[in-house]
Amino acid sequence: MPRSKASATRKPVRRKASTPAKKAPGTLALLVGTRKGAFILRGDKTRRTWDLSDGMYVGNIVHHMVMDPRDGQTILMAVRTGHLGPTIFRSTDMGGSWTESTQPPAFPKAPEGQTGQVLDHNFWLAPGHPSEPHVWYVGTSPPALFRSEDDGMTWQGVRGFNNHPNYAQWAGPAQEGPPDGSTLHSIMIDPRDPKHMYICLSATGSGVFESTDQGADWKPLNKGLNCEEIGVPLDAEVGAEPHCMRIHPVNPDRMYQQSHCGAYRMDRAEGVWVRMGENLPKENDISDYSFPIVLHPRDPDTVWLLPLDGGFPLGRVTPNGKPATYITRDGGQTWKRQDKGFPKHDAWFSLKRQAMSVDSREPVGVYFGTTGGEVWASRDEGKSWTQIAHSLPEIYSVEVAEQA
Amino acid sequence: MKVYVPSPLRMYTGKSSTAQAQGSTLAELFADLERQFPGMRFRVIDEQDHIREHIKIFVNQELASDLSFRLRSDDTVRISMALSGGQAPLALIDLYT
Repeated sequence: MPRSKASATRKPVRRKASTPAKKAPGTLALLVGTRKGAFILRGDKTRRTWDLSDGMYVGNIVHHMVMDPRDGQTILMAVRTGHLGPTIFRSTDMGGSWTESTQPPAFPKAPEGQTGQVLDHNFWLAPGHPSEPHVWYVGTSPPALFRSEDDGMTWQGVRGFNNHPNYAQWAGPAQEGPPDGSTLHSIMIDPRDPKHMYICLSATGSGVFESTDQGADWKPLNKGLNCEEIGVPLDAEVGAEPHCMRIHPVNPDRMYQQSHCGAYRMDRAEGVWVRMGENLPKENDISDYSFPIVLHPRDPDTVWLLPLDGGFPLGRVTPNGKPATYITRDGGQTWKRQDKGFPKHDAWFSLKRQAMSVDSREPVGVYFGTTGGEVWASRDEGKSWTQIAHSLPEIYSVEVAEQA
Repeated sequence: MKVYVPSPLRMYTGKSSTAQAQGSTLAELFADLERQFPGMRFRVIDEQDHIREHIKIFVNQELASDLSFRLRSDDTVRISMALSGGQAPLALIDLYT
């Protein structure tokens, strides 16, 4: 069974970073979901050293593991195996013990003679609005939205989306979408209003969707996205493929999206996505193709990308084996390459949409995990990078956990 | 009746490789297993009451295709994890030892 203490058999990975942290409150950890189990990397207060936990639920596919920032204690973990069905576990002691949902997300039983949907996996966990302290959401594959009001113990489908009149058009066949199946992700809740929500679909009718009535109804929000290269007409309401979308916690009307078709910004009042990725420098064969996108927790104009090879046939690796993040501090008008600390060549990183995260400290820590099982950290906002774990299974998700 | 539990499911049975459960059909048997080991049923049976794609359930030596399969009290039930690939149409992981 899982343990949260540092491994007795595996030496913790320790690296020195170059810039001292200005502020060191509380305990910081990275929750790492992998294709073969979950791991926790615990940082010291200065983020200089990281201790790797034992594997938890080794052999299980952990799509996502998220701490509730509202209590700094509750962690939910989305789990399945190649054989067993999907479920969700909860821990309130940093992975020391886990309790399984008594009613995990599931589609309704179909009437006799009809074919019902079968949930393949829970994909994207999202804590609810601060005014609803025990509410969580999860996006699933096939695409559906579920809500829990008891810290993840029981889940109910959000009928406003799962039974929407356009659901079949938007969600399409389960096999259309990413290799692991079409999915619902990037669940964002406006910190000013629990009824104002966004979700993204990677499916037949891909796109960003917005609700202003807590999920009772949804409307596409995809104007300005250019996915003609994959056959989506410019004026199509849906079809543009979002990989990861985030709204800024300080200015929730500032939105950013890493799409299959580039990196975009939207100011909600304008309602049009603007391709900021076109402003990336024309160097090192980079493009604005990637999966994750992360935002500075306090500055709405600061964003990090980790460009991957977007040329056909979509290598989805760091171009020319030279990894770098790119940072903008002006909302995507200008970008700066950040590659100090990364290998200078022969480093073919690939990463998934949930595998990049930031902490809330000063300066901000930025973290990501690769499909090759490496975890990289920067505690100076990307100026320099340090590998803090390696040889893990294929990493699906990296989330910062800041304990209360 | 005796139910052999594969290793991925032993988190529900306190690591035991076998369980005792009752029922005149597989549906009833899994209802009893769920009563004893909450959470186990949904890992094996999906929300449409189908045995999950890569799980096979044998009653004695016979492959049960659905939950209506009838049982006798002296039957032995094995829950198995199925693998496909290569030339053999089906292989089973020996998870009972």
